[in-house]
Amino acid sequence: MNAFVADKALSSANPSADEDREVLLNVENVSLSFGGVKAITDISFDILKGEIRAIIGPNGAGKTSMLNVINGFYHPQEGTITWQGKVRNKIKPHEAVSQGIARTFQNVALFKGMSTLDNIMAGRSTRMKANIFFQMIWYGAAMREEIEHRKRVEDIIDFLEIQAIRRTPVGKLPYGLQKRVELARALAMEPELLLLDEPMAGMNLEEKEDMSRFIVDVNQEFGTTIALIEHDMGVVMDLSDRVVVLDYGKKIADGRPEEVQANQNVIDAYLGVAH
Amino acid sequence: MIFRTAGQFKTSYEADQALFPIKQDFYLVLGVLLLAYVVFPLTASEFAFKALLVPVLIYSLAALGLNILTGYCGQLSLGTAAFMGVGAYATYKFMSIFPEMNIFVAIFLSGFFSAAVGVAFGLPSLRIKGFYLAIATLAAQFFLVWLFEKWAWLYNYNASGAIEVSTSSVFGITVTGPTALPIVQYYCVLIVVTLVTWFAINLTRGRYGRMWKATRDMDIAAELVGIKLITAKLTAFAVSSYIVGIAGGLLVFFWKGAAEPNLFDIPLSFQILFIAIIGGLGSILGNYLGAILIVALPVVLNLLPNALGIPIDSATLEHLNVMIVGALIIAFLILEPHGLARFYAIIREKLILWPFPY
Ligand SMILES: Nc1ncnc2c1ncn2[C@@H]1O[C@H](COP(=O)(O)OP(=O)(O)OP(=O)(O)O)[C@@H](O)[C@H]1O
Ligand SMILES: [Mg+2]
Repeated sequence: MNAFVADKALSSANPSADEDREVLLNVENVSLSFGGVKAITDISFDILKGEIRAIIGPNGAGKTSMLNVINGFYHPQEGTITWQGKVRNKIKPHEAVSQGIARTFQNVALFKGMSTLDNIMAGRSTRMKANIFFQMIWYGAAMREEIEHRKRVEDIIDFLEIQAIRRTPVGKLPYGLQKRVELARALAMEPELLLLDEPMAGMNLEEKEDMSRFIVDVNQEFGTTIALIEHDMGVVMDLSDRVVVLDYGKKIADGRPEEVQANQNVIDAYLGVAH
Repeated sequence: MIFRTAGQFKTSYEADQALFPIKQDFYLVLGVLLLAYVVFPLTASEFAFKALLVPVLIYSLAALGLNILTGYCGQLSLGTAAFMGVGAYATYKFMSIFPEMNIFVAIFLSGFFSAAVGVAFGLPSLRIKGFYLAIATLAAQFFLVWLFEKWAWLYNYNASGAIEVSTSSVFGITVTGPTALPIVQYYCVLIVVTLVTWFAINLTRGRYGRMWKATRDMDIAAELVGIKLITAKLTAFAVSSYIVGIAGGLLVFFWKGAAEPNLFDIPLSFQILFIAIIGGLGSILGNYLGAILIVALPVVLNLLPNALGIPIDSATLEHLNVMIVGALIIAFLILEPHGLARFYAIIREKLILWPFPY
């Protein structure tokens, strides 16, 4: 199979879904390798402002690596990334956060010893400025700031319906709820672009439905752009505006969900047809 | 019915974030403060001040400092005693250069010196963790004690190589030196410890506390939510060493009265670490519980021979003390890493729910 040709053919057949929408993030010819292992090979795609963009592909396809490149955790050897119209230099993850990129993780990465509330509040660290001397006496700017941020965090807690576990150390929560707290923490960063790495992995049907509803609501109510990695094709088809498909670190398809689903390369990749 | 929270609803986030969200906690703390500020001073003997109360307070404070670094931020340090030494020597120099200086001002200023030294020795934490960091702090421990011995300016070129506390007074009351009354010194230490504890509670429940704990629980994730590890770690080193330095100043000026460099050697570092572990890493209360246990144990053991009517010589008692502490450390590390403070938390939780556990 020649992935590169397939990709070219597809992208000319499927120009960006909505021409009038602004491109929020543009990934161009990005390649990333670890020693000899090529995780990503020459991938290009864009994410439009306000869309839900799914990234799918078999295990080890390079999806997580792609998110890690986007949020500055990995630095690609080749290629450019354009964020809000400007070519981005090498950045650190915390800089990505202040630029408006937040994410959740495939394996929950919460602060286990901290309460739900503290975990979510931690997501607002970059926005808090009061100096240490005010913090020490819990007075003035420090107290005002804490209350102001607490209000925002409580809105998120209400939105995700996790009021009851506010004070619970997250290490004690069941997996499904941990995923939800992680989403809450990412939302607390008030991102422009939200990267979700398999937010529904390991959930039962009901939890998946809840999570899907939250994702759609975040997208529609807050206008947050979302990049979503997900293995459940039903969810992908329902939620996403456009889908990019990776396989062995290469892009093999890009387009509307129904187009991608019908694409022969994608079917082959998922069925494991020999290369 | 002691811990009834029913009917206590919070109507603002301000109230919910208050120091004591539950009334009973407030009464409990009030009770402890009453004991410390009124009951003990009225009843304690000179021996109790010198052998129990003052040491408990000073060790608690040092353990609190260490706990911020190790319990809250997850950076193990074996150099606590050396940082106490920096605080003590800095206070000594302040008082010898400016004899009229208020001793409290000197101690709180000295904290900045230990904080700076702490940050300097904390720099390796940006690159290394765990065991290797512990070794780096151990290097600080050896280096600083060596410096206390060799740098004669630090001890004003005394022939003995020791520092000795001279008499000083605040508002006409003698607070340091041989003539200071134990009860006065106790109050001085108590006020400093109360104040610093309040600062520490505020810091740990706010932004810095969250940054430290996030760094401890998962440093990579902390970075990915926008926390700068360099800020989190170095502020933890700074605040921790500041508090530890103050504890060192108090140790020499309000308790020992004099000090040789080896006072700040490894055994003291370990003693503070043991207090923090037995009391509970990541807890403020634990430091006090741990210090009470470690300070009171040998005193209680010394009373044993008389109480039981069996003659046990003091060397045996000393060994017994070491063995019990050692056993406790191992037991806590294996069974309850959150220490004595955890027992209190469990009891408190049970009381809140009692009598309906569901
Ligand atoms: N830090 C790393 N060091 C070495 N190799 C890595 C690293 N991260 C990813 N890889 C490799 O890059 C490839 C892509 O991994 P990645 O985690 O991006 O896949 P994925 O599409 O997210 O898979 P999954 O669906 O299993 O999560 C894999 O071969 C993986 O082993
Ligand atoms: Mg992955």
